Amino acid sequence: MYDSGKIIAGLLVFVSIIAFPFVYNIGADIVKPEPKIDTPVIQQMAVKQCVEPKEFMRAEHMQLLNKWRDSAVRDGNRVYVGSRGDHYNISLQNTCMHCHSNKKEFCDSCHNYMAVKPYCWDCHIAPKENSL
Amino acid sequence: MAKFTTKPNELSKINLIPPQTEWMDTPVEIKEHMFCHPAKIKDLETVGFPNAREWKPTEEDWKLPDNWERTILEGMQSLLKKYRSFSLFMDICVRCGACADKCHFFIGSGDPKNMPVLRAELMRSVYRGNFTLAGKILKKISGARDLTVNVLKEWWYYFYQCTECRRCSVFCPYGIDQAEITMMGRELLNLLGLNIGWIAGPVAACYMKGNHLGLEPHTIKSSIDLFVDDIETITGIKITPSFNRKGAEILFVTPSGDLFANPGTYTAMGYLMLFHELGLDYTWSTYASEGGNFGFFTTNEMAKRLNSKIYAEAKRLGVKWILGGECGHMWRVLSQYMDTWNGPADFLEVPVSPITGTKFENTRATKMVHISEFTADLIKNGKLKLDKSRNDHLKVTFHDSCNTSRGMGLLEEPRYVLKNVCNHFYEMPENTIREKTFCCGSGTGLNASENMELRMRGGFPRANAVKHVHDKHGVNMLANICAIDRATLSASMDYWVPGVAVAGTTELVANALVMKGEIERTLDIRLEPLPGKEASEEVN
Amino acid sequence: MKILFPFVAVMTLIIVVVAGVQFANLQFLFGVIIPYAALVTFTAGIIYRVIKWAGSPVPFCIPTTCGQQKSMPWIKQSKLENPSSSLWVIGRMALEVFFFRSLFRNIKTEMREGPKVVYGSDKWLWMSGLAFHWSFLIILLRHFRFFSVKVPYLIHVIESLDSFLQIGAPLFYMTDAVILAAVTYLFIRRIALPQIKYISLAADYFPLLLILGIACTGVMMRYFTKVDVVGVKQLAMGLMTFNPVIPNGIGVLLYIHLFLISVLFAYFPFSKLVHMAGVFLSPTRNMANNSRMVRHINPWNYPVHVHTYEEYENDFREKMKMVEIPVDKE
Repeated sequence: MYDSGKIIAGLLVFVSIIAFPFVYNIGADIVKPEPKIDTPVIQQMAVKQCVEPKEFMRAEHMQLLNKWRDSAVRDGNRVYVGSRGDHYNISLQNTCMHCHSNKKEFCDSCHNYMAVKPYCWDCHIAPKENSL
Repeated sequence: MAKFTTKPNELSKINLIPPQTEWMDTPVEIKEHMFCHPAKIKDLETVGFPNAREWKPTEEDWKLPDNWERTILEGMQSLLKKYRSFSLFMDICVRCGACADKCHFFIGSGDPKNMPVLRAELMRSVYRGNFTLAGKILKKISGARDLTVNVLKEWWYYFYQCTECRRCSVFCPYGIDQAEITMMGRELLNLLGLNIGWIAGPVAACYMKGNHLGLEPHTIKSSIDLFVDDIETITGIKITPSFNRKGAEILFVTPSGDLFANPGTYTAMGYLMLFHELGLDYTWSTYASEGGNFGFFTTNEMAKRLNSKIYAEAKRLGVKWILGGECGHMWRVLSQYMDTWNGPADFLEVPVSPITGTKFENTRATKMVHISEFTADLIKNGKLKLDKSRNDHLKVTFHDSCNTSRGMGLLEEPRYVLKNVCNHFYEMPENTIREKTFCCGSGTGLNASENMELRMRGGFPRANAVKHVHDKHGVNMLANICAIDRATLSASMDYWVPGVAVAGTTELVANALVMKGEIERTLDIRLEPLPGKEASEEVN
Repeated sequence: MKILFPFVAVMTLIIVVVAGVQFANLQFLFGVIIPYAALVTFTAGIIYRVIKWAGSPVPFCIPTTCGQQKSMPWIKQSKLENPSSSLWVIGRMALEVFFFRSLFRNIKTEMREGPKVVYGSDKWLWMSGLAFHWSFLIILLRHFRFFSVKVPYLIHVIESLDSFLQIGAPLFYMTDAVILAAVTYLFIRRIALPQIKYISLAADYFPLLLILGIACTGVMMRYFTKVDVVGVKQLAMGLMTFNPVIPNGIGVLLYIHLFLISVLFAYFPFSKLVHMAGVFLSPTRNMANNSRMVRHINPWNYPVHVHTYEEYENDFREKMKMVEIPVDKE
């Protein structure tokens, strides 16, 4: 007994699983995310720089935010001394979002692309944006 | 060869920790008392097996035929094409080791090559080296090796240290069954005439005379006549069984071992008494006088040749269906092979018990019912008058045969029967019964006398479990449903657990069976006084 | 040697990819060509293996029965352990494939004074095996967020369950810890348990080390030495849409990760890892124990020489007549 029917069916399932990601992406609109930093506040800044260098922020912002959260909420410490020696108020809404007031064009552009859902906005109120 | 004299306390010093040297670098050492004598030339020639010759396992030169490597490799190629099991089992083992300590031969010997996984690797290594690209390129690093005389000797030594009990297969996450690999191994060894006498002899006898013991028709009749006389002594009833009778309703087939030696003979007496009491319209056959099949331990073809007699005889005699006696590997063959080989048995009817009217739907293709199924159905329907107290001197435990548990699933029927004929029934530890049962240690034709150390080692785990209930509950009777068990467990009990006797289940049924018109029983089936029953006679 | 060889092999693989990417600018080879080749090898290899097995028939009905057979109606059949119909076979196979039923049975055998053989429960192998395979599957599924623009809802559910502890940022996945622990255990047991060490081959250590390498690089990229994830996704999506791109500045760690995975996939069909496909074909598990009810057909069944009744009677006629056993020819 060969059971060829069942085996062929099994192989078809196997091939379908392999092919699925390719088929699923047919016609997908892939646009590389370009987070925008042209908010009014940033435009007025003389030296356009974040609390830490751009490269660090791109890779480590989530860890920094996590640290800030712990520092502010658990230790009551709201002062952050950056690697360049300057002081910042630890606050997502008043520091981060003060400059990056364009959550949709800044935060969300990468997060959506990467299918990441940070839980910042479970507690914080997301900034109201003018839909231009 | 010197007699095997090692004492149990010496033999039981077992070290399960493997040695430092790698197994591939450890050449096989063929030890006395661990192997069987080679097959006799005449036995192999009787059934037309190739390369029959005189040779000795302990000698350097096995007088292998020219080009033997080619014979083996071509044989492997052919088996790989014939059996998906073999092809698959050569590829998918991950060596997780779940089977390692499940083999009775490993537990009893500590020899690492008795771990099922390694026994399989003995062949897989050759498979890799000759049939896979990775093995051909990476050689030893991929676990491959060449087929050499030493490898062949190793195969012979260890494939005749496996009883195809399938316990490893229960634990394997992929169901890899060492029994399949051993069967292939023995099939290949037979291409080179490397069989053992204890298998080849019964095979030749069975082929020519109808049974393993080579009992000729008149001898079968005279054996049974002796039982009939003994039954008359015990019960006062004269039984007149029939042989090769055309037109009988049922053909009864049982292993010939039960006609020959104690305690199997008591089981045979039990059959005679039970069938007489029921007034069953049945016949014995001298042609199909073997339920067992030692051909199964050589090649698939030989097994089929021997098995063919059962259906052929059923057809010739014109019976309606077949009833089978107590035997282990016999039932693996009957359940999983017979119909495929020699069926369809469309000349038979679906078995119906003439006593209870029960239709055995589960046998509607093979048309062959197991005696335990048949008896359990009788008891369930209240058709037997039983006096359990006749077995009161016995504290009984039940040994599941490998093949009926793992190749069939006959677990409850014999237990139901036993519990209805004995008052004292105790189970052995859970991990040693049912699908996890241990082999008697001497199956697949390894029940010779020259390999007694192997048998006692292989029988050790089973015996140890019996010892447990012997010590705890005073168990003194090991019931079973297998002729090889009856022959071999007796020796293993005498060695490891003196004080425990061995009996077929039907013997205990017959002991308890109250027959119409019988005299008051004072003797059990063994013609020994029935404790508690002899007293009343003295008073009278 | 059995451990050293696979260790050196994995190290060599890592050195090759690091050298290739850092010094020879072979990003396209390691990021595009090899992953494609590996996937093709994997798919074709598995199909080849399955077809090769399927080319050999199952001549006999040989399930290993692990429970009560179907007999009379008043005896309870163990339908999952000894199925007699296809439906229950599917149940038995599902238990085997999803929950490793047979490994769950595992017991350890020990020799005590007496001598007494004792059997103890031993669920470690089952637990670590199950933990390893399931976390591998979940991690694989989770990676789908790199391979799709609109990530399916199911993947989000898996992700949020896996990270529900909400530890750290990026969120910690439980499966990452589980797979590292399980693979480490599986590796250690091969060295520490004498019997397992004895039976292990280089081919047993190699995939463990390879998977360990894959898991470690993955964990490093997520939690420690960051790579440019946006770039990673660009690379992945390029592969998925057959429009390969090599974004600049993805860390070398990603290339190591990807290369080890490629090696694993390519190696898969030609090694013991093929048990993934093989388990479905195992005749001792995937057959119904119904050969007494339904005739199983062997395609290569052929006529054999038998010793017929006639020949038998010719040999013994006089002896049979002597004891009044009926004969066909007087």
